[in-house]
Amino acid sequence: MPANRFNGFTQYGVGIGLRIPHYNHILEKKPVVDWFEIISENFMIDGGRPLHVLDQILEQYRVVQHGVSMYFGSVEPLNREHLKRLKALVRRTKTPWLSDHLCWGSVDGTYSHDLLPMPYTFEAAEKTAQKIREARDFLEVPVVVENVSSYAEFHVSDMTEWQFLTEVVERADCGILLDVNNIYVSSRNHNFDPFEYLNSVPHERVAQIHVAGHSKYEKYILDTHDHPVIDPVWELYARANELIGPTATLLEWDDRIPSFDEVHEEALKANRCVAERVGA
Amino acid sequence: MMNLDRIQRQMFEAIRQPLTPKEGMRQRTREGKSLRAVAEEIIKPNDRLTSFERLEIYNRQYWFRILSALSEDFPGLRAIIGERRFEKLAVAYLFDCPSQSFTLRNLGSRLEQWLCAHPGYLAGTAQIALDMVRLEWAEIQAFDEAAKPRLTEADLPALGPDPKFALQPYIRLLDLAYPVDDLLIRVRSELEETDIVSNAVTERPHSHSRRKRLPKLERVFLGVHRADNTVYFKRLDKEAFSLLCALRDGKTLSEAVDAVDWSGRPIEEAMADVQKWFAYWSAAGWFCR
Repeated sequence: MPANRFNGFTQYGVGIGLRIPHYNHILEKKPVVDWFEIISENFMIDGGRPLHVLDQILEQYRVVQHGVSMYFGSVEPLNREHLKRLKALVRRTKTPWLSDHLCWGSVDGTYSHDLLPMPYTFEAAEKTAQKIREARDFLEVPVVVENVSSYAEFHVSDMTEWQFLTEVVERADCGILLDVNNIYVSSRNHNFDPFEYLNSVPHERVAQIHVAGHSKYEKYILDTHDHPVIDPVWELYARANELIGPTATLLEWDDRIPSFDEVHEEALKANRCVAERVGA
Repeated sequence: MMNLDRIQRQMFEAIRQPLTPKEGMRQRTREGKSLRAVAEEIIKPNDRLTSFERLEIYNRQYWFRILSALSEDFPGLRAIIGERRFEKLAVAYLFDCPSQSFTLRNLGSRLEQWLCAHPGYLAGTAQIALDMVRLEWAEIQAFDEAAKPRLTEADLPALGPDPKFALQPYIRLLDLAYPVDDLLIRVRSELEETDIVSNAVTERPHSHSRRKRLPKLERVFLGVHRADNTVYFKRLDKEAFSLLCALRDGKTLSEAVDAVDWSGRPIEEAMADVQKWFAYWSAAGWFCR
């Protein structure tokens, strides 16, 4: 099940995000890593060091693209310049699938650079699904969408987040990047059972899983990607593996980034987490 | 029922409103609309947070992220005008000129133009601050603009007797009233690289870098270029700068030479200099096919 049409029938194992503080270590030491995830927007440029480093990484490692500003949920049409640059990068990296978020973030060509939550309505599901289909047709690579952490819910919503996610991916016939940390964060912010979420999404569409750390405040939790993964999130991850099967997994660590070895070690806990659950 | 378009417009307008001095959401927009009413109309409260407080989280994250990005791109300007004035300027600029690009890399693309129209934000340091903004934006462009194949000796015959020499797209030529290149190198040496963008929530940027001693007035001509993926500032003679500007603007070699003011330089010396400059520019790959 995990190697499916939404991830190009691949079995990628456990990867980590490619981040600037680790460039030298990776290029000099060439550590064994299953794969790297890149933030597409950091490489949708015309030249210079980022592309030079990326080309060196591509010689030795498998790379998957993850975007942060396609904004499938924004009412306005997809940005054609964005798509053209993204397609050029897809050709460069040969990414077997490409992900971005199930969110909105722009109005009339002005960008928030944030992952803003969707109202869970049928109107929103249809508009979002249409843009995902358009992007996939243009990019000619499987497109998968990631559930985001959210801090607000809308009065107009007429379904749960997991029902909305299901509605969108089935209308778009696309895959899911299931972020179990985001499920945890949102479940705490909105008082729902994260296991009900996990049980309810269409498991056959999950192409990839994200795990990450977050920050707890007095009245809410923020998705900060600046800490190790907490045990309740690993429990969700283990349950996801039971439901879905071993799936390409990526640890996100974007702020207060520790050494490469520390980040990689944290990511590899994913394997131990699954092994322990199987052995139990 | 409110449709998707209206929800997004209302929410985006709200989160774009500048924060209060205590980094909270304002009660009203600049036009007087109640943000509490906007929040209550579109967002549900929960058992811990009101609608206003939930919207405020997004308002804060919006400003933290873009202020952090602009601050990272313009450390030289911060060093000249100080952190407090920079923040005031950044909020006003980003409110007037919000991002219109999918990448935060272009956040400062309109800063020079905006500052020229709003010189009050640079009171007492306008010329040196504007010079620094031009240099920092040129540095961003030089870092990741395209590089075309270098022009080689073998390409020269095809260019004809009076050739046009195209400059690499990443090269920027700057005529500055202050030697801000030295100052920026000093400032940059104290900083670390970070990623341009990720999808995580951003912490509030609270920089505490000290203002630097500012250089004295001294006109400098710079070629901002790239070699081995590193950006360099190359100081140029005034005549070399004029020659390069003419070539960049599409003039032929003879037209470019004629466009330069050579007064004060004996012809033999000028010819020797032109040869020397072309040798350097060619070796550094400044010309492209």
